[in-house]
Formats: sequence, C-alpha cells, structure tokens
Amino acid sequence: MLEIKDAVISVEDTPIIKGLNLSIPAGEVHALMGPNGAGKSTLSKFIAGHEDYTLESGTISFNGEDLSDMDIHERAAAGLFLGFQYPVEIPGVANHYFLKTAINAQRKERGEEELDTAAFLKELKKEMSELKMDPQFKSRPVNVGFSGGEKKRNEILQLALLKPKMAILDESDSGLDIDALQVVAEGVNRLRNQERSFLLITHYQRLLNHIKPDVVHIFADGVIVKSGGFELAQQLEAEGYKAFA
Amino acid sequence: MTNLNPVDATNDQQADDIDNYVSADYEHGFVTNIETEYAPPGLNEDIVHFISNKKNEPEWMLEYRLKAFRYWQTLKEPTWAHVSYPPIDYQAICYYAAPKSMEDKPKSLDEVDPELLKTYEKLGIPLHERAALAGVAVDAVFDSVSVATTFRDTLEKAGVIFMPISEAIQKHPELIQKHLGSVVPHTDNFYAALNAAVFSDGSFCYIPKGTRCPMELSTYFRINALNTGQFERTLIVAEEGAYVSYLEGCTAPMRDENQLHAAVVELVAEQDAEIKYSTVQNWYPGDDNGKGGIYNFVTKRGICRGARAKISWTQVETGSAITWKYPSVVLQGDNSVGEFYSVAVTSKKQQADTGTKMIHLGKNTKSTIISKGISAKHGQQSYRGQVLIQPKADGARNFTQCDSLLIGGDCGAHTFPYIDVKNQSARVEHEASTSKVNEEQIFYCQQRGLKEEDAVNLIVNGFCKDVFRQLPMEFAVEAQALLNVSLEGAVG
Repeated sequence: MLEIKDAVISVEDTPIIKGLNLSIPAGEVHALMGPNGAGKSTLSKFIAGHEDYTLESGTISFNGEDLSDMDIHERAAAGLFLGFQYPVEIPGVANHYFLKTAINAQRKERGEEELDTAAFLKELKKEMSELKMDPQFKSRPVNVGFSGGEKKRNEILQLALLKPKMAILDESDSGLDIDALQVVAEGVNRLRNQERSFLLITHYQRLLNHIKPDVVHIFADGVIVKSGGFELAQQLEAEGYKAFA
Repeated sequence: MTNLNPVDATNDQQADDIDNYVSADYEHGFVTNIETEYAPPGLNEDIVHFISNKKNEPEWMLEYRLKAFRYWQTLKEPTWAHVSYPPIDYQAICYYAAPKSMEDKPKSLDEVDPELLKTYEKLGIPLHERAALAGVAVDAVFDSVSVATTFRDTLEKAGVIFMPISEAIQKHPELIQKHLGSVVPHTDNFYAALNAAVFSDGSFCYIPKGTRCPMELSTYFRINALNTGQFERTLIVAEEGAYVSYLEGCTAPMRDENQLHAAVVELVAEQDAEIKYSTVQNWYPGDDNGKGGIYNFVTKRGICRGARAKISWTQVETGSAITWKYPSVVLQGDNSVGEFYSVAVTSKKQQADTGTKMIHLGKNTKSTIISKGISAKHGQQSYRGQVLIQPKADGARNFTQCDSLLIGGDCGAHTFPYIDVKNQSARVEHEASTSKVNEEQIFYCQQRGLKEEDAVNLIVNGFCKDVFRQLPMEFAVEAQALLNVSLEGAVG
C-alpha cells in the first residue's frame, strides 16, 4: 500500500531522513520506534505532504500512485490519514461541522456524493459512544480546551469517520493515562481490518502492548536500523536504543 | 486563542504565497451609465442652499444646515486616528449627485428608470416587491437620492413609517425636528457637522409605541457618480416597547479616485424598545496598490433613552480604503443594554480605525463589545473602544472581547482601549488577543481533506462566529461569503 524507496528527505536543505526504505502492505500494522530527534515526526508529515519537507531523491507511492505530485488534501482524499501528536485547535468551528466538512471535501475530491446529514449524525453518535466521548464534544470547537487525552480520542474519532485506507498515528500514546490509552488502543484495534494499514510512530513499547504490530522498525538518525516482529520492541524496551545504534 | 505558534511570515516564499492569495476581484465595481445631475464642486453657503432647495425643504431645515455649515468651517479634520491619507480637498468634492430621471419624482416603481432597477438587481437587491427578499423592506439610495422604498403599504398598516429622510422632512416635520441631531448633534465632530450641512438623503424609520415592526427594514447605499461624496443621514426612532431590526448594505464602483462617504446614523430607543442595527459594508476598498477606494468616515450612535431599552450594533466591514467609525450607545435609561458586535477586515492596503463607545449613565446598565479584526496583505487595523461609567451608573457592567487575527506578515493590528470608571460598584472586563492563522492549523485542515483556501475560510469563519450569529439569517450567509471573497488569495 505505502512504498517508500531510498528516500532522502530534507528540511531547508538539511537532510533529516537519509535513505529510507519502508513498505507497508494492505492490512498490516507497522510500528516505527525511535529516540527523540530520529526524524519520526518528519517522516509522518512528509508522507502527509507537508510543504516544509522535500524529497531530495528516492520515491514514495501510495496504492501505486506517485505521492510526490499530490497536494495534502489530495493525499487525504486518496485515503491517507495522519493522527497528530499535537492536534490543532480551531476556535469557533464545531467538532461535528469540521468532521462533516472534511468528509464531504474528501468525497467531493473523489467524485462522490455528499454525505447525508442524518446518516452522518447517527454514525457520529455511535462512534463517540464507542470512544466513550461525552456527547457535548460534538458541538465544542475543534480541540479547544480539550485535555491531552480528549484530543487524542478526537483524532481516533476522526479516523473512524473518515475511514482512511491507511492511518499514520504519530505518538498517539503520549500524554495519555492508562485508561485513555486503552480507549485509544481499543479504537484502533476495532478499526483494523484486511484492507486498512497502520503506521504507529512511538517512542515507547507501551502502546504496542495494546495494539500488537505485525512488524516493528527501529528508526535512528534518519534510517531504519533494524526490522522484525513484536519481539524487537521487547528487546528495545529491555536494552534501550543504544543496543541498536 | 491559545497554543498558536507564531508564523514566520518574513520568508520570501510566504510573501509570494500571500501575494498570490489576495487577488480577489471586487464584484460590485461596475458603473451605471445614467445621466446625472451634479451640484458644482465645492462647498459654500450657496451649495447648502442648492441642496436644501433641491429637496424643497422648509425654512427650519435650511437654518439647521447653515448653522452646521458655519460650525463646520471652524473645525479641523481630526488627525488622532491611526490611519494615513493625503489631505482631502473639500472644495474639490461634489456634494450632490442625482440621476436625472429622478427629477420628477417617480410615483411608483414602474416609473423608476430601468437602468437604476437593473443596478440594484445586479447587486442582488431586487426592488420589485414580488421579487424582493421575503420579509425585508428596502430603501435604495443611489448617490444623493433615494430611488425606491419597497413594502411601504404593508408597513403603513402596522403604523411603521419607513421612507427617505428627505420625504420625512416634508411629511413628518414634527418627528424630524424632535429627533434629528438629538443623538449626534451637528457639533459632535468634523464629519458630523459636514453631514448635517450637506446630507441629501437616507432613511427614516419610526416604530410607534408597542409595535413590533412586521419585517426587517433595510437601506442599500450605492455611490455611483464620480468625484462625489455621499452624505446620508439615517434616523430610527423606536417608541416605548417597539422593536425593529434594520439592515444596511453598501457598495460602490471601482474608481481610481478616492470618494468620501460621511454618514450619520442616529438611533433612539425609548423605554423597553429594542433596535437591532446590522451593517454589511462593502464599499470599494481600492486596488492592491492602495489606489482608489472609499473614505468611510461615519458617525453612528444610539441612545437608550428609557429604562430597559436595548440597542445592538452588528457590523461586518470588508470594504472601504479607510474606515473611521465607532458605532456607540448612550445608556441613559436604567437597566438599558448596549451591544456591539463587529467583524472588520483590512486587506490590500486598507486601513481601519474602528470600535465603539459605551457610555453608561443609568443604573444597572449593561454593555457587551465583541470585536473581531482580521488583517491580511498590507491591511492595518486598529480597534479603538471607550467604556465610560458615569458616577450615577450604579451596578453598571461591561464585557469587552477584542480579538485580532493576522494573515501573513505585512499587516498590522492595534488596540486602543479607553476605560473610564467613575462608579465603584461597576464591573468592567476587558479581554484581548492577537493571533495568526497558523500553518499548523491550515495543515491540519488540509490533512483532513480541505483545500488550502477552504481551510483558511473555515478558520476565519470560526474566528468570526460570535459576531455572525448575531446577524439575521440572510445577512449571515452573505457576510460569510463576503468574508471569503475579501480574503481570497490571502494565503497561498
């Protein structure tokens, strides 16, 4: 589904990612683990199409389509979702309005009809209760005054309603207490299926105890130094990043 | 707003992006080709006589004008506002322009020049009642005269008077003499004095005691003629227990010369009366280099004369090259309420010095000020607001929220609050914030599927929401669309 080959990615002419190869087939959950400053967030924003990040060499494709020619919103409509480490606040814009606007923008981009409001509200209500979100969050401005955990839950809500082909979750566990972590993990597990892929970007093994990945990659200084199964995450937890440097 | 990272707008890339973004066209910039009768340019007592004569005014009105003119001659143009423009030559301006076809007053719409009707249709203001907006009566003012007022019969049945002020001077002299200048005297300021001397038309609304006006009243102002000032005068009187909602819209053609618009609006609310005054101001703002555009120097003030009266100003200001405007409320009656909700946009090279004054005289008077300023491109905007609590205003309360939003790095926002409390029991709150539409917000929206331009519109509309929801429905939609057009291309 996502294919990155020999990618060198720079920010303001400084290479941050130095020859990355990553292939995530449909239906698989991959975890990318690395220390602070390894370039994890650079990678997630780059995949989403953030204009600060430049592909100097190599290729990136999504379902066979060259992503480097696509704008951010086009990538989103193609089925790419990024769960933010720090979800952004949008004052004055109600959560439900934002979600509906986003869904319809994607549908329009794909040449589909707009979503029926009643059907949307019904689904929204259902997903919010699955995520144990207070119904009042529906009408509150996007992420404004939300706690860290509420923001992360709101990201999973958006994921559930936008139904992407692939979700990249950037440090979705950071700032969460154990209860909130479980809700987020359950949300992700519920959304796992044969077609949908995930890339979990995380610093700690903690999240992976709740969402079992198919593949774990150790990422340091802009390259993947080792890939393996879940046991790799356990080894990392025991030995630290130094063992892989 | 919190958690907003400042945007580094100084880099060249973003400067280019911003240039690309703010390239919106002014859609009301067309000129109506119509034969116009002008007064000779310049201002002297002869011109005042000329205007008064054109309007067949009674002697007392002429005297009022002459008194104002003589006073105006002693005044100097105010320079305290945070705006800059070359000196205005008041002797080069033409103070009266009217379509020739209005010479012999048309008695019905069928007799109105089709060119004029077409102009308003093009502006989305159909004047034929069958095509008109449901529930909105319109007075259309073209340059110096009112060309049509719709739904007059319906309103008359309810006892509501809605007519051009020039006509009201003839037909209801007692009401005009009682109220004209009672809220904004000719001595108030330079532009108010000028207006009192040369105003040519505008609207007069009178809502009798205990009457709820059955429809929204609206005046639509259009400046068409070249080198002409528009000096309209609006007077709204709501008697005890009356209610009216009034809408004002404005546009002008694109011209390279600056044009002066110096209006005066007076509102009188008696005991338990309520006046809701909404403005969507879209005068031609000039081009990207600051050439042309309207100078909008306006005095708007309402008085809550009786107990529990309420006056609320809502304005969406996207036009004009320069704006100098402070819609105010004098809270004289006990427990009276004043409100000011404003969205002002300065883009291109627009400058605005705008805000409000809330003058608390009565006990337990309450005022709310919500001001949202948006600056883009080279726009410069200042909020200037005064809250004055007089010694007798026991228990007076004010809440002010004043937010500025910057798009790009070449624009500016400034805040000048004046708070003067002379009563210990008063409570005054002032909140202010300045933020930038930040790249992370736009990126977030884009990642969810919105195009960049739609993302900016969403963020800006969210910023203005508290004000938009005060507008009547049709105007709220129009205001939102207008805002989107005004900011088109402000971020690339």
